[in-house]
Amino acid sequence: MGAQMKEQDMTPLLQVNGLTKMYGPRIGCKDVNFDLYPGEVMGIVGESGSGKSTLLNAMAGHHAPDRGEVVFDTRTDGPVDTLTMSEPERRMLGRTDWAFVHQHARDGLRMSVSAGGNIGERLMAVGGRHYGEIREQAADWLGRVEISDTRIDDRPSAFSGGMQQRLQIARNLVTGPRLVFMDEPTGGLDVSVQARLLDLLRSLVREMGLSAIIVTHDLAVVRLLADRLMVMKDGYVVESGLTDQVLDDPQHAYTQLLVSSVLQV
Amino acid sequence: MIELENVSKSFTLHNQGSAVIPVMEQVNLRVNAGECVGLVGASGAGKSTLMRLIYGNYLAASGRVMVGDLDVAQAEPRQIIALRRETLGYVSQFLRVVPRVAALDVVAEPLLAVGTDQVKARDKAASLLAELNIPERLWSLSPTTFSGGEQQRVNIARGFAYDYPALLLDEPTASLDAKNRATVLRLVEGAKARGTAIIGIFHDEAARDQVCDSFVDVSAFSPRVAA
Amino acid sequence: MSDYNFAYLDEQTKRMIRRAILKGLAVPGYQVPFASREMPMPYGWGTGGVQVSAATLTPEDTLKVIDQGADDTTNAVSIRKFFERTAGVATTEETTKASVIQTRHRIPEAELTEDQILVYQVPIPEPLRFLEPRETETRKMHSLEEYGLMHVKLYEDISQHGDIATSYAYPVKVEDRYVMDPSPIPKFDNPKLEMAAIQLFGAGREQRIYAVPPYTKVVSLDFEDYPFEATKADHPCDLCGSEHSYLDEVILDDAGNRMFVCSDTDYCRTRRAEGHVGRLGESEGEAA
Repeated sequence: MGAQMKEQDMTPLLQVNGLTKMYGPRIGCKDVNFDLYPGEVMGIVGESGSGKSTLLNAMAGHHAPDRGEVVFDTRTDGPVDTLTMSEPERRMLGRTDWAFVHQHARDGLRMSVSAGGNIGERLMAVGGRHYGEIREQAADWLGRVEISDTRIDDRPSAFSGGMQQRLQIARNLVTGPRLVFMDEPTGGLDVSVQARLLDLLRSLVREMGLSAIIVTHDLAVVRLLADRLMVMKDGYVVESGLTDQVLDDPQHAYTQLLVSSVLQV
Repeated sequence: MIELENVSKSFTLHNQGSAVIPVMEQVNLRVNAGECVGLVGASGAGKSTLMRLIYGNYLAASGRVMVGDLDVAQAEPRQIIALRRETLGYVSQFLRVVPRVAALDVVAEPLLAVGTDQVKARDKAASLLAELNIPERLWSLSPTTFSGGEQQRVNIARGFAYDYPALLLDEPTASLDAKNRATVLRLVEGAKARGTAIIGIFHDEAARDQVCDSFVDVSAFSPRVAA
Repeated sequence: MSDYNFAYLDEQTKRMIRRAILKGLAVPGYQVPFASREMPMPYGWGTGGVQVSAATLTPEDTLKVIDQGADDTTNAVSIRKFFERTAGVATTEETTKASVIQTRHRIPEAELTEDQILVYQVPIPEPLRFLEPRETETRKMHSLEEYGLMHVKLYEDISQHGDIATSYAYPVKVEDRYVMDPSPIPKFDNPKLEMAAIQLFGAGREQRIYAVPPYTKVVSLDFEDYPFEATKADHPCDLCGSEHSYLDEVILDDAGNRMFVCSDTDYCRTRRAEGHVGRLGESEGEAA
């Protein structure tokens, strides 16, 4: 959550309208609508095949949806539908104001490039041409994701799974994006490593005033990270609202089932 | 400051034959600034349910739940989040924290969320923890490792770190020793003196009588069952 | 003269290659795909350069072929012989007398003129290849001018070696637009890429042709705090004494003795004919 923000006269950072993606006759996701405001963290939960990853990828421009709008409040031109943007503009957005954290770090990292190079890539992509400054920022970001800066010249293949994921986060956040898409960021990690990552994400989100959309099937993750929640089933959003409220007082049959299926610890 | 009008609440259990369980009806309640209202009633009468309705965890079936000038029953998530950040505090019975975060930071967090600078926020957190007799050597540890009583005191410190205009207290004095209990009551009275509107659940009658200006028996809101 | 068509390739093929060359000249630095033919030599021996030369040569041309600056190495000799037999063109070892020069891994020391064409043999035309293996992606990066990755490579160099260790095939940006691999020439030659002659690049196995027209702006990529440097061995030529030419190191014996000589054999010979003598040179005045 961003520190002080004026709640009333604020433009949503992202407005998703009627977003629909079909796989032939099958529904990927259908008629998804929501507004995301600056500083908000939204979780999307649902079981495998519920359409949550399809939705995330459609929003992030990884594949083209069949219908709908994904309107982003750009720094220069205000709200623009990213789906009708030119490709160079969309890719530029993907390197500057947007970030995407993949479930598998190796999908989001260059495994043959050093940790410093991985972090520096986005800086160089937006015109960074001073080696010393790039390296300094890379070292700083390694510190922020709790990786020793003595590892700056090591390749990610020499890192543990949790470190790789943290490196991926550093690589994504170094250009100060305003919106981060995360696909199961804690998936496949040990529970203790997950906790550390969640804590890290939470403090980064707050310090940087990030907005984020997090896809996960882990309700504990959204409880800790997300302000609001969307519950998906069979491609449709069946329930949405404040995270506490959806988890403590679920209204839809599917959400009730989902919440009651979680083991209490 | 806090005003409930004709609020009702029911739960629909879709996975158990769509049973509809009404839990509250006709809730009318008003708390002014500087006032402390105690909720009373038998266990299970719905004291905590009422608090959750006000805090927004539970969705009211009908009626208005006004906190300041926001109707929590109708508000957008971001409005509720802003309300919780700036206006409405809640000390629940259980501390829910992220593993690994130090107690001092847990307590300072509400202040940081409203933009207080790090040093001031931590100073305030430290003085609260000291006041509530949490040994200083524990401050840098995560409260997940603390005893139940310590966790509760950390939770209270967190609830009082920022001066919310409205505050919900769910059993803040339960299982505290006399000294800490007195500290908590002093904090409550301090908040009242600053004009905070408070709704509290106190099992401890002496504490209740000391800080509450009036009482509301939530049993009165139980749905009338046809006899 | 043989029974082959002039310069081995049939006219239709040469026409197809010329179209690719013209397109390449029109879009400096852009890699134009072309239907590379099987040539009577293995890939890696200059099949791309040979096809470009074949499409470029006219019966009046004088051809020079160099490999690492030398006219007398196997690769240079065999390609020169190939065109002597299939095109019957005049050949020379003198840079100034040639109208078409096919080269592998060097730019001649002598300044080239507007009447000359320099044809490079290129093994891997894609400068982004080693960091981004997907051709679809590298093409997109070129079309959208997304060249941050090129600097990642230079970053990696500095972080591992303390400076930009890339010493050949050093990437350049052509006319402020396309990033181009100048073929494996030493980076010493990079400043010479801005020249009066036409430069054509042919990659046979990779089926790409690209070009740099005369007087085109060619900038070597670098960092502000690690600027590009055209380095060479810090030594004069042991035969002709030149302080300004690119040198090869030659091991003389098993006692650690070695010599540095110009890699451009014609340049060295010309200087010696003019009377310049290096540390180990004899003033023999050998002329070509």
